Amino acid sequence: MAVTTRPPSRARARTGRLGASLSTAVFAVPLVVIFGVFSWWPIVRAGVMSFQETNLITTTWVGLDNVRAVLADPLLPVAIRNTAWFALLALIFGYPIPLLAAVLMSEVRRRKGLYSALAYLPVVVPPVVAVLLWKFFFDPRPEGVFNEILGWVGLGPFPWLQSMTWAMPSLVLEATWAAAGGTVIIYLAALTSVPAELYDAAEVDGASIWRKVWHVTLPHLRGVLLITLILQVIGTAQVFVEPYLFTGGGPANATLTILLLIYRYAFGQSLGADYGQATALSLMLAIVLGVLSLVYFRLTRSWSTS
Amino acid sequence: MTTMLTRRTDTDSTPDAAPAPRRRRRDHLPAAASDERSVLSSADWRRPVVRRSMRLVHGVLLGLLLLAGVGPILLLAKFAITPTQDILRTPLAVFPNGIAWGNLAEAWNDVQVSRYFLNTVVVAAGSWVCQVLVATTGGYLLSVLRPRYATVLQWAVLSTLFVPAVVLLVPLYLTILHPPVGPSMLNTFWAVWLPAGASAFNVLLVQRFFDSLPREVFEAARMDGAGPFRLFWSVVLPMSKPILGVVSVFAVIASWKDFLWPLLVLPNPDLQPLSVRLPSLQGSTDMGVLMAALAISTVIPVVVFLAFQKLFLNGAGLGGAVKG
Repeated sequence: MAVTTRPPSRARARTGRLGASLSTAVFAVPLVVIFGVFSWWPIVRAGVMSFQETNLITTTWVGLDNVRAVLADPLLPVAIRNTAWFALLALIFGYPIPLLAAVLMSEVRRRKGLYSALAYLPVVVPPVVAVLLWKFFFDPRPEGVFNEILGWVGLGPFPWLQSMTWAMPSLVLEATWAAAGGTVIIYLAALTSVPAELYDAAEVDGASIWRKVWHVTLPHLRGVLLITLILQVIGTAQVFVEPYLFTGGGPANATLTILLLIYRYAFGQSLGADYGQATALSLMLAIVLGVLSLVYFRLTRSWSTS
Repeated sequence: MTTMLTRRTDTDSTPDAAPAPRRRRRDHLPAAASDERSVLSSADWRRPVVRRSMRLVHGVLLGLLLLAGVGPILLLAKFAITPTQDILRTPLAVFPNGIAWGNLAEAWNDVQVSRYFLNTVVVAAGSWVCQVLVATTGGYLLSVLRPRYATVLQWAVLSTLFVPAVVLLVPLYLTILHPPVGPSMLNTFWAVWLPAGASAFNVLLVQRFFDSLPREVFEAARMDGAGPFRLFWSVVLPMSKPILGVVSVFAVIASWKDFLWPLLVLPNPDLQPLSVRLPSLQGSTDMGVLMAALAISTVIPVVVFLAFQKLFLNGAGLGGAVKG
């Protein structure tokens, strides 16, 4: 394809090039300004602030004092334990169910769109609405929605959010309801990418339906399954809305998560604003998550298919 | 061949990501007619045992999905028009003492849900404008114009994907309090609008879409004397309606769902969107009115979802899952 046949005069070429790079730069402005001010700079600042103490007027370097203060906080082990417990419960509730649902849904021959739409519907409900609605469902009185339903089969009544034992599972139940649909859609997409020849070949070898699922479908999903697992862990480690709105961290700090602790450091009224300490904790969380993902991918590299 | 089993997974990179509602009409083709299939072969489907048990399994699955997916939302819709006493005493009974349409009016007018609804719309609209502006100009720069510094920029944008949102929370808040130029943005919509634009996911999505557009068209436009602006406005943008649809729908839904950030930067109740305002209604209003307010906040996202189902269900929503 001929782009230019006639060499333009040198002067015109220079102004042309200058004009071109100027108008190119204009297109860089929104991206550079918005990312610069609201993404890159805050990220850099997070690293700096972790070693500072600031009350918005004066800022002093305090070295590792923030990190020490965070590590000395008796609430930190509680928050870590609760967050890990939330993540574990979320995996138990929320990891196998979407997989099972997606494998079954991929066999649906009619109105498949209806199935996936139903599964995805809770995802679009605003989290605040979902939490406030479920808070009412978790009414501990015998005539509360869940207690009444469970009462039909002779169970309960359960104290739900008011008990130290049941509060966290209740939160996870709602969080799973709100998030499972997204995972189902990811699995459904992955399922359609299983090459048909693999199933055909398995059938030629006389494989039963179960063996096809076990030896063809699941191995092919391994890559996606590995990624959704770590993404779910990263997501649940940053859970905020559920504990904040359901219980405020209670009862007796039974649902205090790391993010709630960060929020309390920075914006909680009782403790006063400690931005340095909050940033130090969020950076520590990010580093732990980063190291965790690195180790995870290193360990599972030989395992994943694609 | 497009059957129900052929779901496009690469919507975010191909130009035909547009909603294609007609496609589902062909769902009834047998699976074997396609070169893509799932576990069960048509031979399997001909076995009565398989067919009957799959029908049963799918019936049960549909029932469970209805119960879990629609059940709570239907219950919310019912609560919205049920008298408070009935909600509290017999939550599962169907209107034992009549319908209280008044809940909705009371929520909309007396509790000022109308104002918070308007705030939510304003927040969503501004975030949308900002996201579309940054994503289209940025995607165009990185994909079509490709200046020498494009690679650096691209890595800088990409790397923000690996930083968990929690890291930004406090420093971003302080940036809003003391921006590099101008007064504090606290209690202004700018504090929500502008940070929304810094979405690496959007930029990369649009960039990948622009990458897939035919280069010949750009060359032809350049030969016809179109500068970068004209090329952007008259050639690239008109060709990118599908991806703009994806970005727009997700921008609106994400902004409608957002809670923590507007809670922090909009402490003035008169400016707060619905999701921030609803928790504080808890203590001060009747259960019936609160439920009506919750139902009103749910209508728009659900309608948007039902209208643009394809966008959500075709895998383009992966980003929503990634952002967590």
